[in-house]
Amino acid sequence: MAVDEKLTKNAFRHDEQSHIQIDAEVCRARCRERYCVRVCPAALYEWNEESDRMTVEFAGCLECGTCLVACREGALTWRYPRGGYGVRYRYG
Amino acid sequence: MKMDAVIVGAGLAGLAAAERLAEVGLQVVVLERGDGPGTKNVTGGRMYVGPIRDVVERWQDAPWERAVTREAWTLVDGDRAVRMEYIDPALGGEVPQSYTVLRGRLDAWLGERVMGMGAFVIPEKPVAELLREDGRVAGVRVDGEEIPAHVVIGCDGVLSFVGQAAGLRQVPEPKAVAVGVKEVIGLPPGTIEDRFNLEPGEGAAELFVGSFTDGRMGGGFVYTNRDSVSVGVVMGVHDLMEDGGREKAPETLEAFKRHPRVRRLLQSGELLEYSAHLIPEAGLGGVGRIVDDGILLAGDAAGLALNMGYTVRGMEFAVASGRMAAEAVLEAREADDYSAVGLSGYLRRLRQSFVWRYLEAYRDMPALLSNPDLFGRYPREVAELVGRLVRLGKDAPEPLGSLVWGFLRRTALNRRDARFWWKARGLGR
Repeated sequence: MAVDEKLTKNAFRHDEQSHIQIDAEVCRARCRERYCVRVCPAALYEWNEESDRMTVEFAGCLECGTCLVACREGALTWRYPRGGYGVRYRYG
Repeated sequence: MKMDAVIVGAGLAGLAAAERLAEVGLQVVVLERGDGPGTKNVTGGRMYVGPIRDVVERWQDAPWERAVTREAWTLVDGDRAVRMEYIDPALGGEVPQSYTVLRGRLDAWLGERVMGMGAFVIPEKPVAELLREDGRVAGVRVDGEEIPAHVVIGCDGVLSFVGQAAGLRQVPEPKAVAVGVKEVIGLPPGTIEDRFNLEPGEGAAELFVGSFTDGRMGGGFVYTNRDSVSVGVVMGVHDLMEDGGREKAPETLEAFKRHPRVRRLLQSGELLEYSAHLIPEAGLGGVGRIVDDGILLAGDAAGLALNMGYTVRGMEFAVASGRMAAEAVLEAREADDYSAVGLSGYLRRLRQSFVWRYLEAYRDMPALLSNPDLFGRYPREVAELVGRLVRLGKDAPEPLGSLVWGFLRRTALNRRDARFWWKARGLGR
Protein backbone atom coordinates (compact mmCIF):
# COMPACT_ATOMS: atom_id res chain seq x y z
CA MET A 1 0.00 0.00 0.00
CA ALA A 2 1.33 3.44 -0.93
CA VAL A 3 2.06 5.93 1.82
CA ASP A 4 -0.58 8.46 0.71
CA GLU A 5 -3.17 5.69 0.87
CA LYS A 6 -2.03 4.77 4.38
CA LEU A 7 -2.46 8.39 5.45
CA THR A 8 -6.14 8.25 4.50
CA LYS A 9 -6.65 5.86 7.43
CA ASN A 10 -5.53 8.52 9.92
CA ALA A 11 -7.68 11.13 11.59
CA PHE A 12 -6.51 14.68 10.89
CA ARG A 13 -7.90 18.06 11.83
CA HIS A 14 -6.77 20.18 8.95
CA ASP A 15 -5.36 23.65 9.52
CA GLU A 16 -5.32 26.26 6.76
CA GLN A 17 -1.93 27.53 7.85
CA SER A 18 1.15 25.35 7.58
CA HIS A 19 3.23 24.57 10.66
CA ILE A 20 6.24 23.96 8.40
CA GLN A 21 7.95 26.87 6.64
CA ILE A 22 10.62 26.18 4.04
CA ASP A 23 13.24 28.74 3.12
CA ALA A 24 13.16 28.09 -0.62
CA GLU A 25 16.35 30.05 -1.25
CA VAL A 26 18.36 27.92 1.19
CA CYS A 27 17.11 24.70 -0.43
CA ARG A 28 17.89 26.02 -3.90
CA ALA A 29 21.28 27.54 -3.22
CA ARG A 30 22.83 25.43 -0.49
CA CYS A 31 21.25 21.98 -0.29
CA ARG A 32 22.29 19.10 -2.55
CA GLU A 33 21.34 16.14 -0.35
CA ARG A 34 17.63 16.85 0.23
CA TYR A 35 17.57 14.68 3.32
CA CYS A 36 13.98 15.76 4.07
CA VAL A 37 12.75 13.90 0.98
CA ARG A 38 14.62 10.79 2.07
CA VAL A 39 13.65 10.68 5.75
CA CYS A 40 9.99 11.78 5.93
CA PRO A 41 7.92 8.70 6.93
CA ALA A 42 4.89 10.21 5.24
CA ALA A 43 6.81 11.09 2.03
CA LEU A 44 5.50 14.66 2.13
CA TYR A 45 8.55 16.46 0.76
CA GLU A 46 9.01 16.80 -2.96
CA TRP A 47 11.53 18.68 -5.04
CA ASN A 48 9.69 20.46 -7.83
CA GLU A 49 12.06 20.60 -10.80
CA GLU A 50 9.96 23.11 -12.73
CA SER A 51 9.76 25.76 -10.07
CA ASP A 52 13.12 24.79 -8.52
CA ARG A 53 11.45 24.59 -5.11
CA MET A 54 11.08 22.21 -2.19
CA THR A 55 7.43 21.62 -1.36
CA VAL A 56 5.76 19.93 1.61
CA GLU A 57 2.23 18.56 1.87
CA PHE A 58 1.95 19.61 5.51
CA ALA A 59 -1.63 18.33 5.86
CA GLY A 60 -0.43 14.72 6.07
CA CYS A 61 2.28 15.45 8.65
CA LEU A 62 2.68 12.76 11.34
CA GLU A 63 4.47 15.35 13.53
CA CYS A 64 7.53 13.21 14.16
CA GLY A 65 10.06 15.98 13.45
CA THR A 66 12.50 13.77 11.54
CA CYS A 67 12.79 16.39 8.77
CA LEU A 68 13.78 19.02 11.32
CA VAL A 69 16.51 16.74 12.68
CA ALA A 70 17.74 15.78 9.22
CA CYS A 71 17.84 19.27 7.65
CA ARG A 72 21.46 20.37 7.93
CA GLU A 73 20.99 23.74 6.29
CA GLY A 74 18.49 25.24 8.71
CA ALA A 75 15.94 25.67 5.93
CA LEU A 76 13.00 24.54 8.04
CA THR A 77 10.98 26.47 10.57
CA TRP A 78 9.08 23.62 12.15
CA ARG A 79 6.59 24.02 14.97
CA TYR A 80 3.87 21.76 16.23
CA PRO A 81 0.51 22.64 14.67
CA ARG A 82 -1.77 24.99 16.57
CA GLY A 83 -3.58 23.48 19.55
CA GLY A 84 -5.93 20.69 18.53
CA TYR A 85 -4.88 20.70 14.86
CA GLY A 86 -2.92 18.16 12.88
CA VAL A 87 -2.84 14.39 13.24
CA ARG A 88 -5.11 12.87 15.87
CA TYR A 89 -3.84 9.41 16.76
CA ARG A 90 -6.63 7.09 17.86
CA TYR A 91 -4.35 4.11 18.51
CA GLY A 92 -0.80 5.50 18.76
CA MET B 1 -1.76 33.92 41.71
CA LYS B 2 1.01 31.41 40.99
CA MET B 3 0.29 27.78 40.34
CA ASP B 4 2.42 25.33 42.30
CA ALA B 5 3.39 23.56 39.10
CA VAL B 6 2.60 23.68 35.41
CA ILE B 7 3.25 20.47 33.51
CA VAL B 8 3.73 20.66 29.75
CA GLY B 9 2.59 17.53 27.95
CA ALA B 10 -0.07 15.03 29.02
CA GLY B 11 1.94 11.96 28.10
CA LEU B 12 3.06 9.33 30.57
CA ALA B 13 5.74 11.51 32.23
CA GLY B 14 3.44 14.52 32.58
CA LEU B 15 0.45 12.56 33.81
CA ALA B 16 2.57 10.53 36.25
CA ALA B 17 3.94 13.80 37.68
CA ALA B 18 0.42 15.23 37.88
CA GLU B 19 -0.84 12.08 39.57
CA ARG B 20 1.79 12.34 42.31
CA LEU B 21 1.12 16.05 42.90
CA ALA B 22 -2.63 15.50 42.91
CA GLU B 23 -2.23 12.71 45.48
CA VAL B 24 -1.03 15.26 48.02
CA GLY B 25 -3.61 17.83 46.97
CA LEU B 26 -1.39 20.26 45.10
CA GLN B 27 -2.92 22.58 42.54
CA VAL B 28 -1.62 21.35 39.22
CA VAL B 29 -2.26 22.07 35.56
CA VAL B 30 -1.23 19.87 32.65
CA LEU B 31 -1.14 21.56 29.24
CA GLU B 32 -1.55 19.22 26.27
CA ARG B 33 -1.15 20.25 22.62
CA GLY B 34 -3.50 17.60 21.24
CA ASP B 35 -7.25 17.63 21.74
CA GLY B 36 -6.81 15.13 24.56
CA PRO B 37 -4.10 13.01 26.20
CA GLY B 38 -2.75 10.34 23.86
CA THR B 39 -3.75 11.96 20.58
CA LYS B 40 -0.16 12.91 19.68
CA ASN B 41 1.70 9.99 21.23
CA VAL B 42 3.10 6.90 19.58
CA THR B 43 4.74 3.81 21.02
CA GLY B 44 6.11 0.76 19.29
CA GLY B 45 4.29 -1.11 21.71
CA ARG B 46 5.41 -2.36 25.02
CA MET B 47 5.84 -0.98 28.52
CA TYR B 48 7.77 -2.70 31.29
CA VAL B 49 5.63 -2.37 34.40
CA GLY B 50 7.84 -4.63 36.56
CA PRO B 51 10.10 -1.76 37.70
CA ILE B 52 7.16 0.61 38.39
CA ARG B 53 4.97 -1.99 40.06
CA ASP B 54 4.22 0.30 43.05
CA VAL B 55 2.68 2.88 40.70
CA VAL B 56 0.94 0.51 38.36
CA GLU B 57 -0.67 -1.56 41.11
CA ARG B 58 -2.95 1.42 41.67
CA TRP B 59 -3.87 1.62 37.98
CA GLN B 60 -6.49 -1.07 38.50
CA ASP B 61 -8.62 -0.64 35.40
CA ALA B 62 -5.89 0.62 33.03
CA PRO B 63 -6.52 -0.32 29.38
CA TRP B 64 -3.50 -2.58 28.93
CA GLU B 65 -3.54 -4.48 25.68
CA ARG B 66 -1.91 -7.84 26.51
CA ALA B 67 0.51 -9.17 29.14
CA VAL B 68 3.62 -10.29 27.26
CA THR B 69 4.38 -13.97 27.88
CA ARG B 70 6.27 -14.69 24.67
CA GLU B 71 9.40 -12.90 23.51
CA ALA B 72 10.97 -13.60 20.14
CA TRP B 73 14.05 -12.38 18.33
CA THR B 74 14.52 -13.04 14.66
CA LEU B 75 17.63 -12.62 12.52
CA VAL B 76 16.59 -11.96 8.94
CA ASP B 77 18.55 -12.63 5.78
CA GLY B 78 16.44 -12.13 2.68
CA ASP B 79 13.45 -14.47 2.87
CA ARG B 80 15.09 -16.74 5.40
CA ALA B 81 15.35 -16.15 9.14
CA VAL B 82 16.61 -17.67 12.35
CA ARG B 83 14.22 -17.25 15.23
CA MET B 84 14.59 -17.66 18.97
CA GLU B 85 11.58 -17.55 21.23
CA TYR B 86 11.30 -17.37 24.99
CA ILE B 87 8.00 -18.70 26.31
CA ASP B 88 7.16 -18.16 29.96
CA PRO B 89 3.63 -17.87 31.37
CA ALA B 90 5.27 -16.59 34.58
CA LEU B 91 6.10 -13.36 32.71
CA GLY B 92 2.36 -12.73 33.05
CA GLY B 93 0.87 -13.13 36.52
CA GLU B 94 -0.71 -10.57 38.84
CA VAL B 95 1.54 -7.70 37.76
CA PRO B 96 3.26 -8.88 34.59
CA GLN B 97 6.77 -7.97 33.52
CA SER B 98 5.43 -6.00 30.57
CA TYR B 99 2.24 -5.09 28.74
CA THR B 100 1.68 -4.16 25.14
CA VAL B 101 -0.02 -0.76 24.98
CA LEU B 102 -1.65 1.71 22.62
CA ARG B 103 -1.09 5.28 23.76
CA GLY B 104 -4.37 6.56 22.38
CA ARG B 105 -6.13 4.37 24.93
CA LEU B 106 -3.65 4.37 27.83
CA ASP B 107 -2.95 8.10 28.01
CA ALA B 108 -6.62 9.01 27.62
CA TRP B 109 -7.41 6.70 30.55
CA LEU B 110 -4.60 8.10 32.72
CA GLY B 111 -5.73 11.63 31.88
CA GLU B 112 -9.23 10.80 33.14
CA ARG B 113 -7.80 9.26 36.29
CA VAL B 114 -5.60 12.25 37.05
CA MET B 115 -8.50 14.66 36.46
CA GLY B 116 -10.60 12.58 38.81
CA MET B 117 -7.91 13.19 41.42
CA GLY B 118 -8.25 16.95 41.05
CA ALA B 119 -5.62 17.92 38.46
CA PHE B 120 -6.56 20.07 35.46
CA VAL B 121 -5.66 18.63 32.08
CA ILE B 122 -6.19 21.34 29.48
CA PRO B 123 -6.09 20.28 25.81
CA GLU B 124 -5.13 22.26 22.69
CA LYS B 125 -2.30 24.13 24.43
CA PRO B 126 0.99 23.78 22.55
CA VAL B 127 3.53 25.45 24.83
CA ALA B 128 6.79 26.70 23.33
CA GLU B 129 7.41 29.85 25.40
CA LEU B 130 8.46 30.28 29.01
CA LEU B 131 7.88 33.16 31.41
CA ARG B 132 10.97 34.52 33.13
CA GLU B 133 11.41 36.34 36.42
CA ASP B 134 14.91 37.55 37.31
CA GLY B 135 16.25 35.13 34.73
CA ARG B 136 14.44 32.17 36.30
CA VAL B 137 11.70 30.17 34.66
CA ALA B 138 8.46 31.37 36.22
CA GLY B 139 5.70 29.79 34.17
CA VAL B 140 4.60 29.44 30.56
CA ARG B 141 2.99 31.52 27.86
CA VAL B 142 0.58 29.87 25.45
CA ASP B 143 -1.78 31.42 22.90
CA GLY B 144 -0.98 34.84 24.37
CA GLU B 145 -2.05 33.74 27.83
CA GLU B 146 0.40 33.80 30.75
CA ILE B 147 0.35 31.03 33.33
CA PRO B 148 2.71 31.85 36.21
CA ALA B 149 4.01 28.91 38.22
CA HIS B 150 6.69 28.18 40.79
CA VAL B 151 7.96 25.36 38.64
CA VAL B 152 7.48 24.08 35.09
CA ILE B 153 7.84 20.36 34.46
CA GLY B 154 8.66 19.90 30.78
CA CYS B 155 7.24 16.56 29.64
CA ASP B 156 6.75 17.54 26.02
CA GLY B 157 8.56 14.68 24.37
CA VAL B 158 11.70 14.05 22.38
CA LEU B 159 11.76 17.44 20.61
CA SER B 160 10.96 19.31 23.87
CA PHE B 161 10.34 22.85 22.71
CA VAL B 162 10.05 23.74 26.40
CA GLY B 163 13.53 22.32 27.04
CA GLN B 164 14.78 24.29 24.04
CA ALA B 165 13.17 27.51 25.31
CA ALA B 166 14.86 26.93 28.68
CA GLY B 167 18.24 26.54 26.96
CA LEU B 168 18.53 23.00 28.31
CA ARG B 169 18.08 21.16 25.03
CA GLN B 170 18.52 21.62 21.30
CA VAL B 171 17.04 20.02 18.23
CA PRO B 172 18.56 16.50 18.46
CA GLU B 173 21.50 15.51 16.26
CA PRO B 174 20.65 12.79 13.68
CA LYS B 175 22.88 10.30 15.51
CA ALA B 176 20.98 10.88 18.77
CA VAL B 177 17.56 9.79 17.52
CA ALA B 178 15.83 7.05 15.57
CA VAL B 179 12.51 7.28 13.78
CA GLY B 180 9.87 4.65 14.37
CA VAL B 181 7.31 4.07 11.61
CA LYS B 182 4.35 1.94 12.57
CA GLU B 183 1.09 0.46 11.36
CA VAL B 184 -1.70 -0.69 13.61
CA ILE B 185 -3.43 -3.59 11.86
CA GLY B 186 -6.80 -4.80 13.06
CA LEU B 187 -7.30 -8.55 13.57
CA PRO B 188 -9.85 -10.49 15.67
CA PRO B 189 -8.48 -11.52 19.11
CA GLY B 190 -8.95 -15.21 18.31
CA THR B 191 -6.89 -14.90 15.14
CA ILE B 192 -4.12 -13.12 17.04
CA GLU B 193 -4.09 -15.85 19.69
CA ASP B 194 -3.97 -18.59 17.04
CA ARG B 195 -1.20 -17.02 14.99
CA PHE B 196 1.01 -16.11 17.92
CA ASN B 197 0.20 -19.23 19.94
CA LEU B 198 -1.26 -17.30 22.89
CA GLU B 199 -3.79 -17.90 25.61
CA PRO B 200 -6.57 -15.26 25.72
CA GLY B 201 -5.17 -12.03 27.15
CA GLU B 202 -1.57 -13.10 26.68
CA GLY B 203 0.65 -11.20 24.27
CA ALA B 204 3.77 -11.55 22.17
CA ALA B 205 6.66 -9.18 21.56
CA GLU B 206 8.84 -9.87 18.53
CA LEU B 207 11.95 -8.00 17.44
CA PHE B 208 13.67 -8.46 14.09
CA VAL B 209 17.02 -7.41 12.76
CA GLY B 210 18.67 -8.04 9.41
CA SER B 211 18.68 -7.48 5.69
CA PHE B 212 15.45 -5.45 5.41
CA THR B 213 17.28 -2.39 6.79
CA ASP B 214 20.00 -2.89 4.19
CA GLY B 215 22.88 -2.80 6.65
CA ARG B 216 21.63 0.35 8.38
CA MET B 217 21.08 0.73 12.13
CA GLY B 218 17.53 -0.32 12.83
CA GLY B 219 15.14 -3.19 13.15
CA GLY B 220 11.55 -4.32 13.01
CA PHE B 221 8.95 -5.11 15.65
CA VAL B 222 5.62 -6.86 16.01
CA TYR B 223 3.55 -6.48 19.18
CA THR B 224 0.14 -8.02 19.74
CA ASN B 225 -2.63 -5.80 21.09
CA ARG B 226 -6.11 -6.94 22.15
CA ASP B 227 -7.69 -6.68 18.73
CA SER B 228 -4.83 -5.41 16.61
CA VAL B 229 -1.16 -5.93 15.89
CA SER B 230 1.46 -3.15 15.94
CA VAL B 231 4.07 -3.63 13.23
CA GLY B 232 6.86 -1.26 12.40
CA VAL B 233 10.49 -0.45 11.82
CA VAL B 234 12.85 1.80 13.74
CA MET B 235 15.74 3.37 11.83
CA GLY B 236 18.61 5.55 13.03
CA VAL B 237 18.01 8.97 11.46
CA HIS B 238 21.70 9.38 10.65
CA ASP B 239 21.71 6.04 8.83
CA LEU B 240 18.52 6.91 6.99
CA MET B 241 20.14 10.10 5.67
CA GLU B 242 23.21 8.26 4.36
CA ASP B 243 23.31 6.70 0.93
CA GLY B 244 20.34 7.79 -1.16
CA GLY B 245 20.44 4.61 -3.20
CA ARG B 246 18.87 2.61 -0.39
CA GLU B 247 15.23 2.40 0.57
CA LYS B 248 13.51 5.16 2.51
CA ALA B 249 11.74 4.49 5.82
CA PRO B 250 8.27 3.72 4.36
CA GLU B 251 9.81 1.30 1.85
CA THR B 252 11.86 -0.35 4.58
CA LEU B 253 8.63 -0.95 6.49
CA GLU B 254 7.10 -2.51 3.37
CA ALA B 255 10.19 -4.71 2.89
CA PHE B 256 9.88 -5.85 6.50
CA LYS B 257 6.17 -6.63 6.10
CA ARG B 258 6.93 -8.70 2.99
CA HIS B 259 9.15 -11.10 4.91
CA PRO B 260 7.42 -14.51 4.95
CA ARG B 261 7.35 -14.67 8.76
CA VAL B 262 5.80 -11.22 9.12
CA ARG B 263 3.44 -11.41 6.14
CA ARG B 264 1.68 -14.47 7.52
CA LEU B 265 1.17 -12.82 10.90
CA LEU B 266 -0.59 -9.84 9.33
CA GLN B 267 -2.57 -11.60 6.61
CA SER B 268 -6.19 -10.45 6.12
CA GLY B 269 -5.67 -7.67 8.68
CA GLU B 270 -7.02 -4.18 8.08
CA LEU B 271 -4.82 -1.10 8.36
CA LEU B 272 -6.24 1.11 11.12
CA GLU B 273 -3.54 3.75 11.49
CA TYR B 274 -0.14 4.83 10.17
CA SER B 275 2.12 6.67 12.60
CA ALA B 276 5.67 7.89 13.11
CA HIS B 277 7.67 9.20 16.05
CA LEU B 278 11.23 10.04 17.03
CA ILE B 279 12.95 8.04 19.76
CA PRO B 280 15.90 9.23 21.87
CA GLU B 281 18.76 6.80 21.16
CA ALA B 282 21.80 8.44 22.78
CA GLY B 283 21.30 6.71 26.14
CA LEU B 284 22.98 8.24 29.16
CA GLY B 285 25.07 10.51 26.91
CA GLY B 286 21.87 12.11 25.62
CA VAL B 287 20.46 13.14 29.00
CA GLY B 288 22.46 16.31 29.65
CA ARG B 289 21.10 19.10 31.84
CA ILE B 290 17.52 18.48 32.92
CA VAL B 291 17.17 20.81 35.93
CA ASP B 292 17.42 24.58 36.11
CA ASP B 293 15.92 27.39 38.18
CA GLY B 294 12.16 26.83 38.08
CA ILE B 295 12.19 23.97 35.59
CA LEU B 296 12.57 20.18 35.39
CA LEU B 297 12.49 17.91 32.35
CA ALA B 298 11.17 14.34 32.46
CA GLY B 299 10.52 11.43 30.11
CA ASP B 300 11.61 11.69 26.47
CA ALA B 301 12.06 15.45 26.96
CA ALA B 302 14.95 14.56 29.29
CA GLY B 303 16.31 11.96 26.85
CA LEU B 304 15.31 9.16 29.23
CA ALA B 305 15.05 6.23 26.84
CA LEU B 306 17.28 3.27 26.18
CA ASN B 307 17.93 0.89 23.34
CA MET B 308 19.38 -2.19 25.05
CA GLY B 309 19.88 -4.02 21.78
CA TYR B 310 17.55 -6.88 22.62
CA THR B 311 14.77 -4.62 23.84
CA VAL B 312 13.89 -0.93 24.09
CA ARG B 313 12.83 1.10 27.12
CA GLY B 314 11.14 4.44 27.51
CA MET B 315 7.61 4.55 28.84
CA GLU B 316 8.44 3.17 32.28
CA PHE B 317 11.34 5.65 32.44
CA ALA B 318 8.79 8.37 31.68
CA VAL B 319 6.42 7.28 34.45
CA ALA B 320 9.23 6.91 36.99
CA SER B 321 10.94 10.20 36.08
CA GLY B 322 7.63 12.10 36.08
CA ARG B 323 6.96 10.86 39.58
CA MET B 324 10.47 11.69 40.76
CA ALA B 325 10.14 15.19 39.29
CA ALA B 326 6.93 15.58 41.30
CA GLU B 327 8.68 14.43 44.49
CA ALA B 328 11.38 17.04 43.88
CA VAL B 329 8.71 19.71 43.47
CA LEU B 330 7.24 18.68 46.83
CA GLU B 331 10.68 19.01 48.45
CA ALA B 332 11.26 22.39 46.82
CA ARG B 333 7.87 23.54 48.06
CA GLU B 334 8.67 22.43 51.59
CA ALA B 335 11.91 24.45 51.52
CA ASP B 336 10.32 27.27 49.46
CA ASP B 337 13.28 27.05 47.12
CA TYR B 338 12.47 26.43 43.46
CA SER B 339 15.99 27.15 42.22
CA ALA B 340 18.07 24.45 40.52
CA VAL B 341 19.50 23.69 43.96
CA GLY B 342 16.08 23.45 45.53
CA LEU B 343 14.95 21.11 42.75
CA SER B 344 18.11 18.99 42.75
CA GLY B 345 16.32 16.23 44.66
CA TYR B 346 15.12 15.19 41.20
CA LEU B 347 18.66 14.28 40.08
CA ARG B 348 19.40 12.61 43.41
CA ARG B 349 16.33 10.41 43.12
CA LEU B 350 16.89 9.70 39.45
CA ARG B 351 20.50 8.61 40.03
CA GLN B 352 19.37 6.19 42.73
CA SER B 353 16.66 4.69 40.55
CA PHE B 354 16.43 1.80 38.11
CA VAL B 355 16.31 4.36 35.29
CA TRP B 356 19.86 5.50 35.94
CA ARG B 357 21.11 2.00 36.74
CA TYR B 358 20.07 0.82 33.29
CA LEU B 359 21.24 3.95 31.47
CA GLU B 360 24.65 3.62 33.14
CA ALA B 361 24.99 -0.10 32.52
CA TYR B 362 24.21 0.40 28.83
CA ARG B 363 25.97 3.73 28.32
CA ASP B 364 28.24 2.23 25.62
CA MET B 365 25.32 0.76 23.67
CA PRO B 366 24.81 3.68 21.25
CA ALA B 367 28.45 3.41 20.10
CA LEU B 368 28.21 -0.37 19.74
CA LEU B 369 24.98 -0.12 17.76
CA SER B 370 26.75 2.02 15.18
CA ASN B 371 28.47 -1.19 13.97
CA PRO B 372 26.75 -2.06 10.65
CA ASP B 373 27.78 -5.73 11.00
CA LEU B 374 24.99 -6.15 13.58
CA PHE B 375 22.42 -5.30 10.92
CA GLY B 376 23.80 -7.23 7.97
CA ARG B 377 26.80 -9.50 8.19
CA TYR B 378 26.11 -11.17 11.56
CA PRO B 379 22.46 -12.05 10.86
CA ARG B 380 23.52 -13.34 7.44
CA GLU B 381 26.29 -15.51 8.91
CA VAL B 382 23.91 -17.03 11.47
CA ALA B 383 21.35 -17.76 8.76
CA GLU B 384 24.10 -19.27 6.62
CA LEU B 385 25.27 -21.55 9.43
CA VAL B 386 21.79 -22.83 10.21
CA GLY B 387 20.95 -23.06 6.51
CA ARG B 388 23.89 -25.37 5.93
CA LEU B 389 22.85 -27.58 8.83
CA VAL B 390 19.31 -28.09 7.62
CA ARG B 391 19.95 -28.54 3.89
CA LEU B 392 20.64 -32.23 3.44
CA GLY B 393 21.73 -33.77 0.15
CA LYS B 394 23.48 -36.81 -1.34
CA ASP B 395 27.01 -35.58 -0.64
CA ALA B 396 28.85 -36.41 2.54
CA PRO B 397 27.96 -33.84 5.23
CA GLU B 398 30.31 -31.06 6.12
CA PRO B 399 31.82 -31.89 9.53
CA LEU B 400 29.87 -30.09 12.23
CA GLY B 401 33.03 -28.90 13.91
CA SER B 402 34.38 -27.23 10.79
CA LEU B 403 30.99 -25.58 10.11
CA VAL B 404 30.87 -24.05 13.57
CA TRP B 405 34.58 -23.24 13.58
CA GLY B 406 34.24 -21.46 10.24
CA PHE B 407 31.28 -19.48 11.59
CA LEU B 408 33.20 -18.40 14.69
CA ARG B 409 36.24 -17.47 12.60
CA ARG B 410 34.15 -15.27 10.37
CA THR B 411 32.14 -13.58 13.13
CA ALA B 412 34.31 -13.45 16.24
CA LEU B 413 37.75 -15.03 16.07
CA ASN B 414 39.42 -12.46 13.84
CA ARG B 415 40.90 -9.09 14.61
CA ARG B 416 37.97 -6.91 13.48
CA ASP B 417 35.15 -8.91 15.08
CA ALA B 418 37.08 -9.78 18.21
CA ARG B 419 37.64 -6.08 18.82
CA PHE B 420 33.89 -5.45 18.61
CA TRP B 421 32.88 -8.30 20.91
CA TRP B 422 35.63 -7.32 23.36
CA LYS B 423 34.15 -3.82 23.56
CA ALA B 424 30.67 -5.30 23.98
CA ARG B 425 31.70 -7.44 26.97
CA GLY B 426 31.26 -4.52 29.40
CA LEU B 427 27.56 -4.03 28.59
CA GLY B 428 25.24 -4.33 31.53
CA ARG B 429 27.94 -3.70 34.11
